[in-house]
Amino acid sequence: MSNNSMQTASCSRLLLWFSLFVALLFGSGGMNLVYAADTGVASSSLQERIAPVGRVQVDGQEPIPQAAVSKVRGEKPELIVAPRPSRGDYPDIGISSRAVVWVLAQMHLFFGALVLAVPLFVLVIEFMGFKTGDERYDVMAHEFMKISLTGFSITAIFGGSLALALFVLYPDFMGYMMHVFGAQWLVYAGLFFLESFFLYTYYYGWNAMRYGNLKWVHLTLGLLLNASGMTIMVLANSWATFMMAPSGVNEVGAVIGNIWEIMKGPLWNPINLHRFIANIAFGGAVVGAYAAFKFLSTRDPEKRAHYDWMGYTSNFIGILAFLPLPFAGYWLMAEVYAYSQQMGITAMGGILAWLFIVQAVLIGTILLAGNFYLWSGMSRTEGSVRYQPLIKYIAFVLVICFLTWVTPHTLILSASEIAELGGSHHHVLGPLGIMPAKNIAVNLMLIATFLSFQLYRRSDKVATVSWARAGNALLVAIYVVAMVNIIFLGVYYGYFTNTVYKVGSSVAQVGSTLVVIVAGIVIDSLMFKNAKTLPSHWGKIPDRSQYALFALPIAFTWLMGLMGYVRSSVKTHWHVYTVMKDNSPDNFIPTIGYAGNMITIVTVLFLLFVLFMFWIANLSATKQPKPVAISEGGVA
Amino acid sequence: MSDVSTAGILAKTIGFSLLLTLVFTLTTLLLPQVEGEAPVEQEVDLSSMTMDDFVVLGEDLFNKKGTCILCHKPPPLGRAPDVQGMNMEAVTKERLADARYKGVAKDVESYLRESMVDPGKYVVAGWGKKGTNDTVSPMPAIDKAPIQLSTMEMDAIIAYLQAKDGIEVTVKLPTPEAAAEVTAAAPASAPAATASAATVDEALAKYACAACHSMTSKDVLVGPGLSDVGARLSMEEIRQSIIDPNAVIAEGFQPAMPADLAAKMTVKELEMVVKYLAEKKQ
Repeated sequence: MSNNSMQTASCSRLLLWFSLFVALLFGSGGMNLVYAADTGVASSSLQERIAPVGRVQVDGQEPIPQAAVSKVRGEKPELIVAPRPSRGDYPDIGISSRAVVWVLAQMHLFFGALVLAVPLFVLVIEFMGFKTGDERYDVMAHEFMKISLTGFSITAIFGGSLALALFVLYPDFMGYMMHVFGAQWLVYAGLFFLESFFLYTYYYGWNAMRYGNLKWVHLTLGLLLNASGMTIMVLANSWATFMMAPSGVNEVGAVIGNIWEIMKGPLWNPINLHRFIANIAFGGAVVGAYAAFKFLSTRDPEKRAHYDWMGYTSNFIGILAFLPLPFAGYWLMAEVYAYSQQMGITAMGGILAWLFIVQAVLIGTILLAGNFYLWSGMSRTEGSVRYQPLIKYIAFVLVICFLTWVTPHTLILSASEIAELGGSHHHVLGPLGIMPAKNIAVNLMLIATFLSFQLYRRSDKVATVSWARAGNALLVAIYVVAMVNIIFLGVYYGYFTNTVYKVGSSVAQVGSTLVVIVAGIVIDSLMFKNAKTLPSHWGKIPDRSQYALFALPIAFTWLMGLMGYVRSSVKTHWHVYTVMKDNSPDNFIPTIGYAGNMITIVTVLFLLFVLFMFWIANLSATKQPKPVAISEGGVA
Repeated sequence: MSDVSTAGILAKTIGFSLLLTLVFTLTTLLLPQVEGEAPVEQEVDLSSMTMDDFVVLGEDLFNKKGTCILCHKPPPLGRAPDVQGMNMEAVTKERLADARYKGVAKDVESYLRESMVDPGKYVVAGWGKKGTNDTVSPMPAIDKAPIQLSTMEMDAIIAYLQAKDGIEVTVKLPTPEAAAEVTAAAPASAPAATASAATVDEALAKYACAACHSMTSKDVLVGPGLSDVGARLSMEEIRQSIIDPNAVIAEGFQPAMPADLAAKMTVKELEMVVKYLAEKKQ
């Protein structure tokens, strides 16, 4: 075969593949055309029906006029309502389809959250290292990327498995979602190519672009990695929020808006913000566990100092992101109520209300662990003795608030116990069960945690400004006024007015907490500018403190699983709220015990996969020593 | 300097993590275990329903399928007026006379119905959507998704709200014809196998009546011929013989007719077949 003919053959093959690719890419458009023609089946003639497909002519008849084609092409597409599958339309695979999707979706979300969050704070840490010239930041940022790198593949594996499970187990629902979101799916898939490109160039180019202008190129790659990751997240969020509060469709689910109107439902931005912040808290907690493990595994003071610092930074990221999370959650729930009061009450006052007791246990665990770690960390600095007497009071406030938060409103009692108690509500503890008491508790816990954080930050510094005394007095006054305000608002509006005022007052409570946090940061930044620094000894922290860094990711993971269950369950028996009913055998809200078991399964699975991820990260740094040859006589 | 045992640390940290997970799991197991079931379509025997039954049905709908109780609770827990604790007759008079009232209702019944399908016609002061100065109601139209109560179900709730105040219940008990309309108008979410037959011929074919009964003669196949059944039995008797075929068995015949036939039929099908047979008088 000559070169020319080989080239021609090669070109033909290339052209064929290209045609196939184009056909696949635009296949849905072609199918729409056929469908549009099919919709007129009952009233149209054979010629009209076949004309738009391929302009075929029936043997022996006149050619089909062009007008018939253009008429069909020009027709407005028929509105297609959401499918109404019956129970028989859901494939039965012998085990609960919901359980399969639950596990896969949650694993995908856990790893998705982790790999979206880590590059975000890695970029910030890298930038700090670049600006300060402190190489330790750069090394740590690189290490954070290294340990989470396998997470990208694991996320993709679970994402693919989830998509497969959904298409197989919920074909009608997925068909409808594909119809509603159309080409957005292609954009979503395309973004993975971009994200992968930036991920690999960012990670593997770290040392190649370490200094000078090249560092700016590297930081830009990191920024683009985060931008593509964030876009992927908000696109995927739009599917979840469309299922909760559909927009861009009419009341029977037919698409009447464009893709932007479909995506921008009332809950989209609240979920975007909530997930963005929660991902950072979650990511910080997970890498903190890695640092804690490495800290405990070595006695080398240098390594211990490094991993102590890494653990501290992770905890700092986790808790700092966690503090505003309740406010983002509050906005989300406010939007849920505004969209559908019924949905809001299903979550907060109906069948799912008990879950918030578990949420209280989890958030209480997170706050107690975070505080305990900060208090333990004070042992690193000599200046901390000034603040240590305050710790017992902070601990007291935290414990009292935690107990208030977990006090249930209605007690589960036997008939004799009810008689003994005089009702299902305890006459003293009963009032602690309702929301106003919880609002007071959670705000005070946040303020106490911020105080621990502030004291820790101050413990290695001595202010040198002349107004230090006045500044401290102002800060104490802000703390006291805010706490009194939170308690007053909660008690007065919570117990002596109706529900509308009760809900309104919680905004002012949250405002008080934010004032403390913002004022604390501003005053301290000004007061400790050019402050005298006291010696600090990284690595000098008790081993037991590291268990707080394990408690955090476990509680965060469990909390994410729990809140995901609530978010999904508020739709009750709807795939897409109000427009597509769920008629599958699993269309009920399972008991909280069942949900607890499912969440534990996914948490343990996540733990195992994270261990694998860490192991892989360490494996890359392990080098087998060269075997020493053994001579025939047995002597090396 | 010797490193500590990694395996030991691993065992400790995994053990600690699993223990903590177990604590969270146990917390969920200590709480009440309630399932949130999807609404189940209930079959109600309209032929024997009394007004008392209808009122009880209304209360059940108020507390369950209608989800009214989620908001209409006694203060301070409610998010909407406590309609169960108010006298609706007195309250209706006040509201209809209020200048802010935008509806067309004339009495308690029509006001309650209007409030359910178009709650914005009158927003009770202090209970409007936040930021709207009581011009927009936060209540959903309950004949629309996600609640989707039927006309008959809303009537039952009105009956309940009237009865609990001791005032005259003005709504009418639902007739089978009305129920048939509801069935016919129901969304096509029901499985195809249970879709109501459109004509009497379809209904007779669907339940294979002609397999045992001749419709055109008095000839006995398995059961008696039905060409003159309308002359022999009243409409009520025909209905009863379908609903409970073994209550009265024609002389000389064995009880062979399926006892669950009526349970499989829709109200519309039953009424079509009864009417068709009642007209057979030759």
